[in-house]
Amino acid sequence: MQAPGSNGRSAAAPRGADVVVIGAGAVGAACAYFLASKGFAVHVLERGGVAAGSSSAGEGNVLVSDKVAGYELDLALYSRATWSEELAEYADRWEFEAKGGLVVAASAAAGRALLELAAGQRQRGVDARDVDPVAIGDFEPHIRAGLAAAVHYPQDAQVQPMLLTANLLKLARERGALVSTGANVVGFDLRPEAGGRRVVGVRTSQGTVSCGHVVNAGGPWAGAIAAMAGVELPIMPRRGFVLVTEPLPPTINHKVYAGEYVASTQSENLGLEVSAVVEGTQSGTVLIGSSREHVGFEAAMSLPALRAIANAAVALFPRLAGARVLRSYAGFRPYSPDHLPVIGSDARVAGLWHAGGHEGAGIGLSVGTGKLISQALAGEVTDIDLEPFSPARFAAAASASA
Amino acid sequence: MSGQHSSAAEQTVFDVAVVGAGPAGLGAAAAAARAGVRVVLIDAGHQLGGQYWRHPDESTTDPTRLAGYRDWGEFLALRERILRHCQTGAAVHLASTHVWFVEPPAAGGGRQSWTLHLMPGGPPSRETPPRTVCAERLILCPGAYDRQLPIPGWDLPGVMAAGGVQALLKGHHTLSGRRAVVAGTGPFLLPVAQQLARHGVDVLAVCEANGLARWMRHMPVVARTPAKVSEAATYARSLARARIPYRTATVLTRVDPDASGTQVGAVELARVGPGGLVEKARQRLEVDLVALGWGFTPSLELINAVGAQTRIDADQSLVAVVDDDQQSTVPGVFIAGEATGVGGAMLALAGGELAGIVAAEAGHLERARVRALRREIGRLRAFAAAMHDAHPVPARWPQWLTAETLVCRCEEVAYATLGNAITELGANDARTLKLLTRCAMGWCQGHVCGYASASLAAGGQGRALTADDLRPLAKQFPCAPVPLAHLAGE
Repeated sequence: MQAPGSNGRSAAAPRGADVVVIGAGAVGAACAYFLASKGFAVHVLERGGVAAGSSSAGEGNVLVSDKVAGYELDLALYSRATWSEELAEYADRWEFEAKGGLVVAASAAAGRALLELAAGQRQRGVDARDVDPVAIGDFEPHIRAGLAAAVHYPQDAQVQPMLLTANLLKLARERGALVSTGANVVGFDLRPEAGGRRVVGVRTSQGTVSCGHVVNAGGPWAGAIAAMAGVELPIMPRRGFVLVTEPLPPTINHKVYAGEYVASTQSENLGLEVSAVVEGTQSGTVLIGSSREHVGFEAAMSLPALRAIANAAVALFPRLAGARVLRSYAGFRPYSPDHLPVIGSDARVAGLWHAGGHEGAGIGLSVGTGKLISQALAGEVTDIDLEPFSPARFAAAASASA
Repeated sequence: MSGQHSSAAEQTVFDVAVVGAGPAGLGAAAAAARAGVRVVLIDAGHQLGGQYWRHPDESTTDPTRLAGYRDWGEFLALRERILRHCQTGAAVHLASTHVWFVEPPAAGGGRQSWTLHLMPGGPPSRETPPRTVCAERLILCPGAYDRQLPIPGWDLPGVMAAGGVQALLKGHHTLSGRRAVVAGTGPFLLPVAQQLARHGVDVLAVCEANGLARWMRHMPVVARTPAKVSEAATYARSLARARIPYRTATVLTRVDPDASGTQVGAVELARVGPGGLVEKARQRLEVDLVALGWGFTPSLELINAVGAQTRIDADQSLVAVVDDDQQSTVPGVFIAGEATGVGGAMLALAGGELAGIVAAEAGHLERARVRALRREIGRLRAFAAAMHDAHPVPARWPQWLTAETLVCRCEEVAYATLGNAITELGANDARTLKLLTRCAMGWCQGHVCGYASASLAAGGQGRALTADDLRPLAKQFPCAPVPLAHLAGE
């Protein structure tokens, strides 16, 4: 069962690459796949293993429901179409499941806010269907009684993020890409040129790879990667925990969450934020989130956060009270200060591109991001305008406030 | 015994908390209590003894009248001492209690003790069991479970872990079959076969994967542990008396169902040839019980929860790093027993007693005893190292797998699925292999298939198993399954 080429692809790659992608998470894998599909010679460099970072520590969300009307929602709808059209033939490989989402609100005020949000989303093209409060039980028989409002989002879906990443990389390899795991990026080779500098190579623990372009898909570590090229990128880790129960008989049909979750994703609060996000998986386990905290890369289990998640989940689904938690994991979402991902070229270093900062939405947005990067890097007009996602916006914001 | 101290237990800050009431935990609790400190002994079992001294329910069977249990005098003496300490209030025993989370002392002042978060595991008691206990120092003695290797047909009813067979015999005197084969490696196969025979089971063979020649190079070590030699001789005699063949360099390569298709019917035996090659199966035995044992895997949930350093031992188990005083790499946390290296009950007992003395800060009062225990531990460790060297898992064990063999029974992950993840999806480490296949993510959390999947991941890259392969399979939180409502704090 020995893998002939799995490690052999590492070390001294005999050739340079057109594009080096840093990071073998979902976003890096999607960039590699779409770039390789366009004929670029792609080399993916990953410090750990496939999907070893944030991509293996989430729930595999492919959501349109949690985006407020705006640029991120446009990207989510674009990604959603990419999943079900261009990538439809591979859906089974990564267990793509269009299970639909159900967003609920307990109080009358939260209910009004939810319905208002849904109305805005509809105008932007989201399939959002208001649910009569008395009919909520038809969607989720075990949900608590007395909810004020609910909205059903048939477009919400789920994928198995590790299988997604590994299979996108496999597809990329079939299109000529190289994937080196265990290759820690330690710096860049930069060459001065008129008007600044250009990246011409990436130095790693396994040697230097010369290249024409670099896509920084380092997830929560993207800021550290950018710093190696001498530029600042304000992406920070935002910790989240997920609890996993024992396998249960089918209990929860949709991805169900409290409307407060949307506010939580948009929050600038640096403390602990918790809102219930509950869903079943094909293996019968129930995944329970979510928390958001700015604590750097501290992965130790925090009892207050776990307790708060458990409380919120039991409040939403009283039947889960007796379900036993088997395991739990911590992950770090790549947080960007204005809650918009960073997608596009970096004007400060020629040849450097960023694809990251999706916070908790990176799995769902990965394929849209990868496709857009491939178009931009090929010099094509992108399917949606990348201007709102440009890395330059932080510099502009900084100089405006200075 | 378990309930009446509960409210008091929650308010007290104990000097020492011992987790686990097998040989190591009993040795530790008795030694610490003897030194005069306040001890709480927390154990998942409903009565003292752990796996090694598992015995019938004391409410119906007087333990002092039991015969045929190994080192039983030692157990009765320890039990007596601990019951006495519980009566005087020097110790508290929380039975049927799981530790699901270990909270470290607050950094930079504040609460300076460890907090153990507990969950009752037994039938509901009249008293409210404590939700937490606090202690200045911890002695973790979590023990070990059977190490298993997958083989075609091992998911049939009638295939059991050797330790599981023994637990049934010790605890309930129940028989799980009439015609048995015991297979795997290591001296532990012998008492299992002996006990089966004693309960009237026809043991058709003990299959030992290794030859015995490797013991020859360890004769000086063996000579220093005469008790082990006479133990082996006793087993050899009782196997001979029961006419049980002991087959060396022999492994089971397949388990077949009986005519009904729902239960074990037969096994195939093969020789392990030169270079560890498993030869073609040559013999069939009709059996209805298969006991498999490939050594033991320490339970590391609590060790990982406190953040203590681990290493890979000679038997390829991940174990805790401890110093000459059984102190882990985390200040205030001592570890004893199989979690520090699989070596048997007497080594666990000595390590536990040493940890108890040092954790009670009584080392200076008991210098001679401490020296004697260290000597004893050194001698038994050397014997354990010899045993591990003589009884390795056959390097080529995956040879007997077929594409359909389930490696992970909880999540039903077949060998071919793992192979595909390794060759096609780039799973070149154990963690990635687990995440891509769900192998080891089910109910047992890798207790059954963790070693096998880590070793397949390493083998997939053509390299030897390392600690880094095993670490992702050892879980952290929760240390025991905890109901959501209990976690929520209801």
